[in-house]
Amino acid sequence: MPHLEVSDVRAKYGTLEVLKGISFSIKKGEIASLVGPSGSGKSTVLRALMGLTPITGGTVMIGNDRMNYSSAKEVRAARDRMAIVFQQYNLFQNMTVMKNLTLAPLKIKKWDSAEVMSEARRLLGLVGLSDRADAYPDQLSGGQQQRVALARALALKPQILLLDEVTSALDPELVNEVLDAIRKLANEGMTMIIVSHEMAFVREVADKVVFMDEGQIIEAGKPNDIFDNPQTDRARDFFSKILRH
Amino acid sequence: MERILEQIPRFFSGPNMALLLEAAGLTLAMTITGCLIGFGLAFVLVYLRQTPGLWALPLRWICITYVEVFRRIPFIVVIYLVLFFIQAVTPDASLFTIAVIAICLYAVAYTADIIRGGIESVPVTQVEAAQSMNLSRLQTNIRIVLPQAWPVIVPPAIAFAVSFIKDTALVSQVGVFELTFRGKELNNQGYSGLLVFGTIAICYFLLSFPLSMLGQYLEKRLATPRGERRTRKIRNP
Repeated sequence: MPHLEVSDVRAKYGTLEVLKGISFSIKKGEIASLVGPSGSGKSTVLRALMGLTPITGGTVMIGNDRMNYSSAKEVRAARDRMAIVFQQYNLFQNMTVMKNLTLAPLKIKKWDSAEVMSEARRLLGLVGLSDRADAYPDQLSGGQQQRVALARALALKPQILLLDEVTSALDPELVNEVLDAIRKLANEGMTMIIVSHEMAFVREVADKVVFMDEGQIIEAGKPNDIFDNPQTDRARDFFSKILRH
Repeated sequence: MERILEQIPRFFSGPNMALLLEAAGLTLAMTITGCLIGFGLAFVLVYLRQTPGLWALPLRWICITYVEVFRRIPFIVVIYLVLFFIQAVTPDASLFTIAVIAICLYAVAYTADIIRGGIESVPVTQVEAAQSMNLSRLQTNIRIVLPQAWPVIVPPAIAFAVSFIKDTALVSQVGVFELTFRGKELNNQGYSGLLVFGTIAICYFLLSFPLSMLGQYLEKRLATPRGERRTRKIRNP
């Protein structure tokens, strides 16, 4: 049974249809990767799942529950199960690393304070930043900020983790430290949807690759099949351009 | 000139000075009370103005109209409107109350736009991050947006209050015994206008100068290295 099932999801920015009926599913513990050219709607899929871009049609199921984005309450229910990491980290600039991690678990989820603190410290250890708990975001490098953002998302104990081009804003030498942290999560069996341009990384960790273009899914399948033997001209063209170097 | 020199000992007598001191106190009290209440209400106004959804359209419209209308009416007209309105409702309201209400109404309109500017200077991505963690709109504003908006809000808000100390002179028109009113009174008693209003001018300076110093101090304190770096990020995302 799929853990997440997205069926015919549509979204618009004004009159421009940016998602023209997206359908895919992932099982628990699986990693799906959305790839494709800029403007193909990959990030919009994640934003739609988080209720940041309104969905104009289609259904989203998590487990047996249908996520309905039609009311504020239902959007909250969807956000309660998923967490997102943004390309630009979006750490709260006015709070320390520790506060960034504990804000929502304490104030929104209202979990036990001692447990939240010890879990936050565990997660900072996981991303290799145990010594920066009291730093402010702008005292950290981009790679460190993005690892904090990863820990902050994990502190919410999401059923599904959404990663939106999390290495695209980083200096090249900082990319690997973030990818290493994601690899650890993959090994722990975290269910993830990863939007990424790091094709080698996608091939390594993803169970499923979804190739998108102009708001539609062109092809989906196992990483090796998609990358090495694309069935459509559009996918062949795209991969031949970005896999060459 | 001889008249002024001759009047000086009499003018700077105890009763006159007590009168001016009281008037200065009244001016300061009106300004601070009016601006503080106005500033607080301006936050409420900005919050209501940002209410999303179609149902809140009239609400947003009312808030925008309020700001746009009150920014375009001379303060003296606001004072008279408040005076006649309040007197029609409760005839025994004190002139001080009426002055404070007028200042307050005016301050709301002006500081609301200062606050809105500060809030809009915080990148929308900060709000999206908060939303995706299910922070409510109020929580997002109080915990995430406002703490980052303060450095943008505080300096112009204090500048507004400082300049407003001078504008309160206009409430003398309805008979509140503030500085300018007392000045006219002393002038009518036969004291030289130059002497009286020279003194009044110094009083206004002494009232507003410490407030500007406070403003400069806060501006420096809020513009921490962190604050500076953040503003740079906003400009080149």
